[in-house]
Amino acid sequence: MPEPHKTLIACHECDLLLREIPLPQGKAACCCCCGATLYRNLPDSINRSLALTVAAAILYLIANSFPILGINLQGNGNAVTLLQAVHDLWNQDMPLVSSLTFITAILVPALELCLMLYLLLPLYRGHLLPGTSQVMRLLQTIKPWGMVEVFMLGILVSLVKLVQDFKIIPGVALWSFGGLTLLLAALASSFNPRDVWMHLDIKQRREGL
Amino acid sequence: MEWPGRSAAGQGFCACHVCGLVSRLEQDDLAARCPRCNTRLHFRRPDSLHRCWAFLIAAYILYIPANLMIMMETGTLISYRKDTILSGVIHLWHNGNPGIAVIVFIASILVPLFKLVVLTLLLVSVRRGSTWGIKHRILLYRIVELVGRWSMLDIFVVTLLAALVQIQSFATVRAGSGAIAFGAVVVLTMFAAMEFDPRLMWDPLRKEREL
Repeated sequence: MPEPHKTLIACHECDLLLREIPLPQGKAACCCCCGATLYRNLPDSINRSLALTVAAAILYLIANSFPILGINLQGNGNAVTLLQAVHDLWNQDMPLVSSLTFITAILVPALELCLMLYLLLPLYRGHLLPGTSQVMRLLQTIKPWGMVEVFMLGILVSLVKLVQDFKIIPGVALWSFGGLTLLLAALASSFNPRDVWMHLDIKQRREGL
Repeated sequence: MEWPGRSAAGQGFCACHVCGLVSRLEQDDLAARCPRCNTRLHFRRPDSLHRCWAFLIAAYILYIPANLMIMMETGTLISYRKDTILSGVIHLWHNGNPGIAVIVFIASILVPLFKLVVLTLLLVSVRRGSTWGIKHRILLYRIVELVGRWSMLDIFVVTLLAALVQIQSFATVRAGSGAIAFGAVVVLTMFAAMEFDPRLMWDPLRKEREL
């Protein structure tokens, strides 16, 4: 059975063994060998992350329920939501490309927000729900595949490509995706996984007694 | 550069890759799990180099059709175009916005090529046990991790245009099969970068010091 050590940490990029030190608020600890960020002390992490997650979830719903862009050419027009775009591409015999868009721009961001709510809502009251470590592991696994910010750039590039030939009608979802991109970036820089692990430690210690 | 201290693996410690908890571990304990989060523990990512090579070689193979096959077909009343990635960028440069053409060029052509070359370089240097330019190599690794996802840009553009530009016979856009190969290259290179364990780059340096 592996025996845990309380005060040592190891750099995840170069494996240097280091002693953990307390940090002043808002500062980050960097590895003295390779310079990787080891951990951060973020002020008020749980409250801020929860607020940002709720706001992002609302914008996510709006962004996925309304058309992103509409185009018009001499009275004939078309407008699509993200889900419709994925569905249309599927029907054009492009199931792989359409699934890729579905997973990275719709499924993973939704899953990420749901998992964050599952963690943060109880934590706000000082509790932890069962399966916390599985949720944390899943969050870490899916994180690279959520690509809302890349999708936002994709919307802008499409806009520029379309603007010469068509009259463009920007949809509500265009602005919502812009807002969602900003909120998710803010969420990534305010959420501190170490707070969750610290609460889990406390819970396990309490149950062990 | 010299290794500044002791490594976790050298002292028989292993950090959990999910929760970061450091535990003392027997060298041959393959079934060990993290006492805090129950994740399987290992000193280095198992089969990191082999898996990384496998994804990388698959990506190299698909990189060829991704660049040669048609990415997007555009039809209007007066014209019909078939574009590969590169011809799409050139068309955008001449008939649209050069700034956006540069962004698409970086995301769709430079970034995938950069990832393939850098990952190959990292894999070869680890295999040879090289300690050369470690600071630069770790920087390259971080850039690859950071920029990889942005290649997905073209996939999103194709999805949006193919769905949106369907105005009876006036204007239609269809995705080409190049998009499938290109999407696969992006996904495969992302998997390759995830499989690569950066700690392997430092091991030769550590062994030099600990001998």
